Amino acid sequence: MKTISELYAAKEVENSKTYPVLVTVGIATCGLAAGAGPVIDKLKELASGNADVCVKQVGCIGICQHEPICEVYVNGERFTYVKMNAEKAARVYEQHILGGRPVEEFMLTEKGEPVQNLMGTTFMKLQKRVAMRNCGIIDPESIDEYIGRDGYRALAKVLTEMTPDGVIQQVLDSGLRGRGGGGFPTGLKWRFACSNRGQVKKYVCCNADEGDPGAFMDRSVLEGDPHSVIEAMAIAAYAIGSDEGYIYVRAEYPTAIKRLTIAIEQAHRYGLLGENIFGTGFNFDVKLRFGAGAFVCGEETALMTSIEGNRGEPRPRPPFPAVKGLFARPTILNNVETYANIAQIILQGADWYQSLQCPGCAAGTKVFALTGKITNTGLVEIPMGTTLRTIIEDIGGGVPNGKKFKAAQTGGPSGGCIPASLIDTPIDYDNLAKIGSIIGSGGLIVMDEDTCMVDMARFFLDFTVDESCGKCAPCRIGTHRLLEILDRIIAGNGTLEDLDKLEELATYVKSASLCGLGQTAPNPVISTLVRFRDEYVAHVVDKKCPAGVCKNLLRYRILEDKCKGCTACARKCPVGAISGTVKNPHKIDTSKCIKCGVCMATCKFGAIVKE
Amino acid sequence: MDVNVKINGKDYAVKQGMTVLEAARVANIDIPTLCYLKDINEIGACRLCLVEVSEGGKPFKMVTACVYPVSEGMQILTNTPKINAARKTNLQLVLSNHEKKCLTCVRSTTCELQRLCNEYKVDEDYFKGDQPKFAIDASSPAIIRDNNKCILCRRCVAACKTMQGIGVIGANDRGFDTHIGCQFEKDLGDVACVNCGQCIVACPVGALYERDDTDKVRAAITDPTKKVYICTAPSVRAQIGECFGYAPGTDCEPQMVEALKMLGFDGVFDMNLTADLTIIEEANELISRIQNGGTLPMMTSCSPGWIKYCEHYFPEFTENLSTCKSPQQMFGALMKTYFAQKEGIDPKDIFFVSAIPCTAKKFEVGRPDQSASGYPDVDVAVTTREVGRMIQQAGIDFRALKGTEFDKPFDFGSGAGAIFGATGGVMEAALRYAAEIILGKPLEKPLETPEIRRQNGSDDGYRTATYKVGDLDVKVAVASGTKNAKQLLEDVKSGKLDVQFIEIMCCPGGCVNGGGQPYQPASVRNTVDLRALRASVLYNDDINCDIRESQKNAAVWKLYEEFFGTPNSHKAHEVLHTSYIKRGL
Repeated sequence: MKTISELYAAKEVENSKTYPVLVTVGIATCGLAAGAGPVIDKLKELASGNADVCVKQVGCIGICQHEPICEVYVNGERFTYVKMNAEKAARVYEQHILGGRPVEEFMLTEKGEPVQNLMGTTFMKLQKRVAMRNCGIIDPESIDEYIGRDGYRALAKVLTEMTPDGVIQQVLDSGLRGRGGGGFPTGLKWRFACSNRGQVKKYVCCNADEGDPGAFMDRSVLEGDPHSVIEAMAIAAYAIGSDEGYIYVRAEYPTAIKRLTIAIEQAHRYGLLGENIFGTGFNFDVKLRFGAGAFVCGEETALMTSIEGNRGEPRPRPPFPAVKGLFARPTILNNVETYANIAQIILQGADWYQSLQCPGCAAGTKVFALTGKITNTGLVEIPMGTTLRTIIEDIGGGVPNGKKFKAAQTGGPSGGCIPASLIDTPIDYDNLAKIGSIIGSGGLIVMDEDTCMVDMARFFLDFTVDESCGKCAPCRIGTHRLLEILDRIIAGNGTLEDLDKLEELATYVKSASLCGLGQTAPNPVISTLVRFRDEYVAHVVDKKCPAGVCKNLLRYRILEDKCKGCTACARKCPVGAISGTVKNPHKIDTSKCIKCGVCMATCKFGAIVKE
Repeated sequence: MDVNVKINGKDYAVKQGMTVLEAARVANIDIPTLCYLKDINEIGACRLCLVEVSEGGKPFKMVTACVYPVSEGMQILTNTPKINAARKTNLQLVLSNHEKKCLTCVRSTTCELQRLCNEYKVDEDYFKGDQPKFAIDASSPAIIRDNNKCILCRRCVAACKTMQGIGVIGANDRGFDTHIGCQFEKDLGDVACVNCGQCIVACPVGALYERDDTDKVRAAITDPTKKVYICTAPSVRAQIGECFGYAPGTDCEPQMVEALKMLGFDGVFDMNLTADLTIIEEANELISRIQNGGTLPMMTSCSPGWIKYCEHYFPEFTENLSTCKSPQQMFGALMKTYFAQKEGIDPKDIFFVSAIPCTAKKFEVGRPDQSASGYPDVDVAVTTREVGRMIQQAGIDFRALKGTEFDKPFDFGSGAGAIFGATGGVMEAALRYAAEIILGKPLEKPLETPEIRRQNGSDDGYRTATYKVGDLDVKVAVASGTKNAKQLLEDVKSGKLDVQFIEIMCCPGGCVNGGGQPYQPASVRNTVDLRALRASVLYNDDINCDIRESQKNAAVWKLYEEFFGTPNSHKAHEVLHTSYIKRGL
């Protein structure tokens, strides 16, 4: 592809392809893990020889808990079938595709009623898709389908109609901020690296080392729309004057790696990567580098150190990467989701992007990975400024099993928790910072009343302790000591002095650590200490876990008036801690009890309580 | 260009590009550091050097002074309650994961952590918690690693990798489990470590130290069947004073000799003599190689760290190494052959100790082909630090000694022998002799070769020079530090460098900066050109010496007359020369 007209022609060709029936199957990791492989195989087998039916693979549409998902487009209508398997697929093929009668029982339901397609659910209705616009729509292994959806048009536009400074200005005007965690204005980052274009070697890097537990939007973009990242990197390269890029992708994402590899090869074949792109004299190439599973390599300087072939450890800043980054050259690094917005900002303009968010909030949309005690788990892309209440109650479908919402953790292990009292907070960078949390990469974990906040803080801290690289003393030793204090508290051995020490040390680690990992690792501890101090005090002073989670602080007790003396619990108890005679109330010897809960589960009379 | 900063309220103009740490030194304020070593370990890892800075009128923030650059109008606060509390917390954390056996630690009183913990009045049990237990790695003949005391400042790693260009140690595992070790958790004795000991002198605590051989020496001294002799390398006299509170660069030769005699040695000799002997043998070897088409360029063989480096990393150059033993090994060989014969002592009854600034010499004494008499040429090699400890332990008041002279017959070395301890010294000494051979007559005054001496302040790269002697152009190159040696050898390999004679010393700056030299804290290493100060002692020795050329040392020719015959004779080869091993990696 040497000219822009060739690109437009390719788009025409692609969009002229129509099928009476189009069947898509989500084959991102979530789909494949749930069994999408046999579904697409079955459909392809059934449709082979039927020229009217096209079966194609697509990325993840977002509602991962209902995978495998298969969508049927026929007569201008769209039908979504969920939790599919090969048998169900065969029935959809027979009854719907051949027979024209949709299979209602395989559809999603909302309020007990079947919903014809995903777009009709509250889950989707409140979303606005920019970064994920192609996910679940196009075949990620087809550059033609990407081109059909205006792919590489933004690159063509910047190369032929815009100056590099104009590109930077437009990104700056759009208000786009980094979606990987720091929230730094993307255009500003590019501007810092733009001097001496063409005179010094520069690099454009993509952070695809998505490491926050529970966050998987970057994987979804890479698996569902890899070209959007490659195109954006080329645009960034043009803007700062670079000719070489690296995508640092975690090796635990084999499907993403496979699709990126295919995408890079295709882009090369089409002349959209390589030398003299669109005949403009602009050269750009992208290489893949695999992360070996270190969370810290999501930190920009550690990531670059790792690409350089060294142990992935952060370096002090300044110098910032824009001045001295990869191989000591000026470098910009953005994450996958950030890049996924770029082409649309170029094509639709900064003003359009600035119109997406809720009034008064940071620009654009943000993808959140919704998990925890929530009805709908999955990926949701929502306008910045959407309230936590909307996300949890409407999009997420609320907390299941009639439990009460207690708190939400945003920003993964580096974030903080937002208590139920702040559920009406509009979610954006500044609003979350004000209440002691961060957007981070967009993990959103919902907790109900059965969650112990001390245990929760310990859970996240355990992760960062494990992932500390060990370079700087505050993080290496400090987080470990924090964890030890939490362990003491959870085990019932904590003191009030420990609470003070916890606070003191958490504050120190936050202020003194070398990189973002250590600087944010204490956040879950600090925010729970602020919001749920009474729970800590209950653990320390009353030796009780109010949520009934911390085993060492639990007591199982038999209510004498309810116990019928059936002996079932005593027979099931694995350590012989329950004594009593037939038809007489039993007793638990707490010194022997290991708090496994078997007795409580066994009792048919509700006579055993934990307290 | 200068930038104006305010440090603790006072105005200073400091050089642009300086770090806050360097700027504070301009204001005579020493900000504490543990990990920082100028130029080689600027990694901001220990986080002890936190200060508060304000730039552009923005609020004060905590930054690490060692890596944070100054900017115009910056305000720096180095001593606020917040900073002091943070430093104290930091030290308490470090201490919570440090084996606190300070009473018996080899670094007690020279430990940088100990000093800071005292200054900041830390509570060593404040953050009590688990501590991983590590086995002590005593697999190397020279260097012992005790990770229980390691504070992970990475100074050793930087010394090995960044300074020496070797990198056999690095961080293994991660987080709280991080520890310094070799690849695949191999022992130090099983990797291509050259035993230079630069990791030891870089270590702020007692996590690295030389194998202490002083007990063996004491045992020999008290053994009535042994005659125990010691000889001291040029650099030991130049640095031993540092063990007793003298400033770097103080020559303590007479006190050192007296103290060693007080320790009970049967003879205290001067290794400068065998430095001269090395020159005679080596220069003749060079001339013979040039005349007979031998392998060139010839490379010096005095530095056992360099020898092992060459054997591991450039085995293709082992034929280029001079076959001369190092001065230490020549001395031992001499003691157990010539001296034993002359004095009528059975060589098995001679216990020969060498005092050296070097840890690699501990490895060298155990090398094959280093037993001219059938017994090891050298029984024990002790570092300057070990000599200092022996003197201290014996209760000798070093500073009160008047001093005395070396014992005969090995009491004298020329000025050329003295400068062996500084990089370029062996080359300079050899050229003083070679010039005389080539010209066939003595020079009017001893040759001086400032071109190949170390330029103060820098140890990067290597130095070359061409000396016109008569009709002959003598082309030479000198490197110190294995990183520079590597560059030099690669240039020889590629043909970029064409010389006849190369001097290489393993340690940057030469033996004066050896891995067995007295500890100096980072605060001194970062601000003082220790190598230059220490080398100045040797150059002064040279200038003040009546005899400044090896060939004018009568004691050397007496050896030829009575024992070896001529330089490079068969006998000399048997006793004074050795062979090498192509080790590879």
